[in-house]
Amino acid sequence: MSDAEDRSDKRVFGKAIKRNEDIPLLTGSATYTDDVMLREMVHLAIRRSDHAHATIVDIDTSEAEAMDGVIAVYTGEDVVESGVPNTIPTAWMLPGLVTPQYRMLAVDKVRHEGDGIAAVVAETPEKARDALDAIEVTYEKLEHVTDPVDAVESDVPPVHDEAADNVAFDFELGEKDVVDEAFEAADHVVSVDLRQPRIIPNAMEPRAAVADWDRGTEELRIWMTSQNPHLHRMLLSAGTLGVPENKIQVIAPEVGGGFGSKIYHYPDEAVTAWCSMQLGRPVKWKASRMEAYVTDCHGRDHTTTAEIAVNDDGTVQGVRVETYAGLGAQLSQFATATPSYLYSTILSGEYAIPAIYCRVIGAFTNTTPVDAYRGAGRAEGIYVIERLMDVAARELDMDPAEFRRRNLIPADQFPYQTAAAVIYDSGEYERAMDTALEHIGYDDLRERQKALREEGRYLGIGVGNFVESAGLSPSGLAGDLGAQAGGWESSIVRFDSTGTVTVLVGTADQGQGHRTTFAQIAAEELGVDIDAVNVVEGDTDQIPQGMGTYGSRSASVGGGAIARGARDVREKAREIAAHQLEASVEDIGFDDGEFHVVGAPDRSMHIQAVAAQAYLGHNLPEEMDPGLESTNFYDPENFTFPFGTHVAVVEIDPETGAIDLERYVAVDDCGEIINPLIVEGQVHGGIAQGIGAALYEGAVYDDDGHLTTRRMDEYAVPHATYLPDFETENTVTPSPHNPIGVKGVGESATIAAAPTIVSAVVDALEPFGVTHLDMPITPERVWRAMGGGD
Amino acid sequence: MSKQEITLSVNGATHELHVEPRTLLVTALREELGYTGANVGCETARCGACTVRVNGDAIKSCMQFAVQLDGAEIETVEGLAEDGNLAPLQAQFQAHHGLQCGFCTPGMLMTADTYLKDAENPSREEIREAIEGNLCRCTGYHNIVDAIEATLTEGAPTNE
Ligand code: FES
Ligand code: FES
Repeated sequence: MSDAEDRSDKRVFGKAIKRNEDIPLLTGSATYTDDVMLREMVHLAIRRSDHAHATIVDIDTSEAEAMDGVIAVYTGEDVVESGVPNTIPTAWMLPGLVTPQYRMLAVDKVRHEGDGIAAVVAETPEKARDALDAIEVTYEKLEHVTDPVDAVESDVPPVHDEAADNVAFDFELGEKDVVDEAFEAADHVVSVDLRQPRIIPNAMEPRAAVADWDRGTEELRIWMTSQNPHLHRMLLSAGTLGVPENKIQVIAPEVGGGFGSKIYHYPDEAVTAWCSMQLGRPVKWKASRMEAYVTDCHGRDHTTTAEIAVNDDGTVQGVRVETYAGLGAQLSQFATATPSYLYSTILSGEYAIPAIYCRVIGAFTNTTPVDAYRGAGRAEGIYVIERLMDVAARELDMDPAEFRRRNLIPADQFPYQTAAAVIYDSGEYERAMDTALEHIGYDDLRERQKALREEGRYLGIGVGNFVESAGLSPSGLAGDLGAQAGGWESSIVRFDSTGTVTVLVGTADQGQGHRTTFAQIAAEELGVDIDAVNVVEGDTDQIPQGMGTYGSRSASVGGGAIARGARDVREKAREIAAHQLEASVEDIGFDDGEFHVVGAPDRSMHIQAVAAQAYLGHNLPEEMDPGLESTNFYDPENFTFPFGTHVAVVEIDPETGAIDLERYVAVDDCGEIINPLIVEGQVHGGIAQGIGAALYEGAVYDDDGHLTTRRMDEYAVPHATYLPDFETENTVTPSPHNPIGVKGVGESATIAAAPTIVSAVVDALEPFGVTHLDMPITPERVWRAMGGGD
Repeated sequence: MSKQEITLSVNGATHELHVEPRTLLVTALREELGYTGANVGCETARCGACTVRVNGDAIKSCMQFAVQLDGAEIETVEGLAEDGNLAPLQAQFQAHHGLQCGFCTPGMLMTADTYLKDAENPSREEIREAIEGNLCRCTGYHNIVDAIEATLTEGAPTNE
């Protein structure tokens, strides 16, 4: 039993403590990558392809090289000639996967608008950018394709010769015959065609890097906007540059949001480092916002046909899904895992579904690479099952909430093996659903909806149930499925000799508040003041190993590693205390930082005094080494499965199709809560991104393969006026296998919000016979669905 | 390009600097003077991360050339705290968890601080309108609105 279940005696774990990282952020003293300015530093700008697909006939850099302030101009051929490995690898193999070489700069062809062609290094960023236009590129344009279905079905020249039909992989989960039989036996089969558009992550801080190569020691130091500095160290070493891993220091200072986009090893950061290696000078590169739009990995891009088999009694008998997933022009590290395993294994949602089959065709297209964006795979999968639950409820003429409730996995069935190959660790789905429905006043709303409809007003109530596979990931399981990296996290918990505590951990914050949350975990376990704990992240020279922050993993896997490390430290301290108090270890109690002899409370020693003794080393138990620290690698035994229910109320203006989002209620269960303030913040931000996807966002390519949503006024990142206030609650169902009962919350609300909003709008449009609308649901789409323009 | 000499007052301190005619105010502040609080999120006046106050008005410093502002009084996020103490607005942002990654925060604070100088009993909707030009991708704005509202109603946080 996890000791997390007993919360009453906790001092700091579970408390809404203000974040200790806020002061530098509020006062302007925080250091982001672009704030790093080194002596002799020069600036890199990258010439990018103007075309979606073209052969490079010639690149003439002579004019650019002659320009004022230009130090060097390099092309893809120069990188090849330098002999570096020059390969951005995929981090997840699938059977039959086609893996064309993904280079730092294009050599033969450009495959999407934004593909890097040449690098200019100059004295100032302005001069580097000026010189880009002076590079003459002669192209021979090729036909292109931006849609994943077209990519497979049309016969345009393939993105890569290795994949003549543009298919990178053809993935299956489940047994098709068994599922087909379930469909044949069922009373009803309902299907829906879904398009989940591309989302552009839009972290407010554009990607950037500052690389500093020391020619004497042949060591590379690189500051970069990274969600996982150790992964970047590994990929810079083994993938692109060939510099030994122990001669690379990756520093992720403050990082201004990521949402997935800063997980990946992109060409640009490697080129920055490579230029520094050529010149022996520090080089800075910073993406403009427009570059960010065409180079940051996009998310989603699914075209799906989904079917659900249901019986007259309202029970789901099976789910069958076929999806074309756009991968973009190159395979980013997790581009294969996201639409395959992360997607298909969550298709059971919160429901007991006996038969599930899913096929995913991953297609190369002439677009920016696609990879994990907040919710990654799970968001797409939950969207599919929740849309199916709505259309099936409509078919059976049942209330959508009641239909969902009837199919929930009961609380006494956990751990629950789904038909989609995963084991849900714990859940009380009905409790969260009841909490949400009661909070919003569901039954009254249905009454109000009925009354308003008679007046010609259209209220919609959307219900979204979700479950997420979080806490990525158990290494062995992920390895069996093709992962090329582990899923553990590593910590060092160290008492310093004066009694303060240093926690080093391999996760990497981009706004999630790790320095506070992790200090709470350590302070709780060690009985010290939270101010005595300093959490260090984001520097591979200080933190030996780590896997980073993505997949809602930091609190559960990073936090688990910290809790276990702190417990080891506490037990060593207990032995020292026993020795010095002349009692046996079993007789030493620990309370609020104090070790005491059971039954003799005045014989006690504070853990911080024990730490001083551990470093003095004068009087330790025989054969005990001095020092008081622990290195811990925590490899979770399973994923964690956060869940919950969101409910939205919208009203549609029948004249214009405008959607008024009246209320939004979120009930999340992320297991144990370390800091309610931070959990609420994660839920708020997640809802905002889910609403953004449902109503406003979505990348658009024109017929020439150009991204038309490439500025902040063309791609609708929600402004403050686009969003309502949020009403949030939590239920707490601890993860039984996590050392602190935590499940994680980073992605949950994004996963939940998009289907909830779509459900609400479609519900409002029931009188018009509308069963589904694709995202983003713009007023125009609503207006047309209501018959406008007919 | 020939450089011009200009004078800027930043948070009360006078600086003389030589800038090219095309140097943006945000570049002058960040690169020439070391005020790196204002961030560059878009360079096209769309995100608000670079917002500073010039002669009393909140403006996007990526949209002004430094040479146009010779002699101007500029206030940046670095000038909000007094004597090492957070200003009430900053303290409310912390108390209400109105920031996550913090990248939008300097600009958001300057917009909100300027707005607060004249705001009287605004509705939450009006507060949202006031910060409409400042994008935040992390918080969903709810807690930012809370923080601004609380600054108006109670000044610095009272629950310390
Ligand atoms: S950088 Fe100035 S508004 Fe975005
Ligand atoms: S806190 Fe990250 S953009 Fe606002």
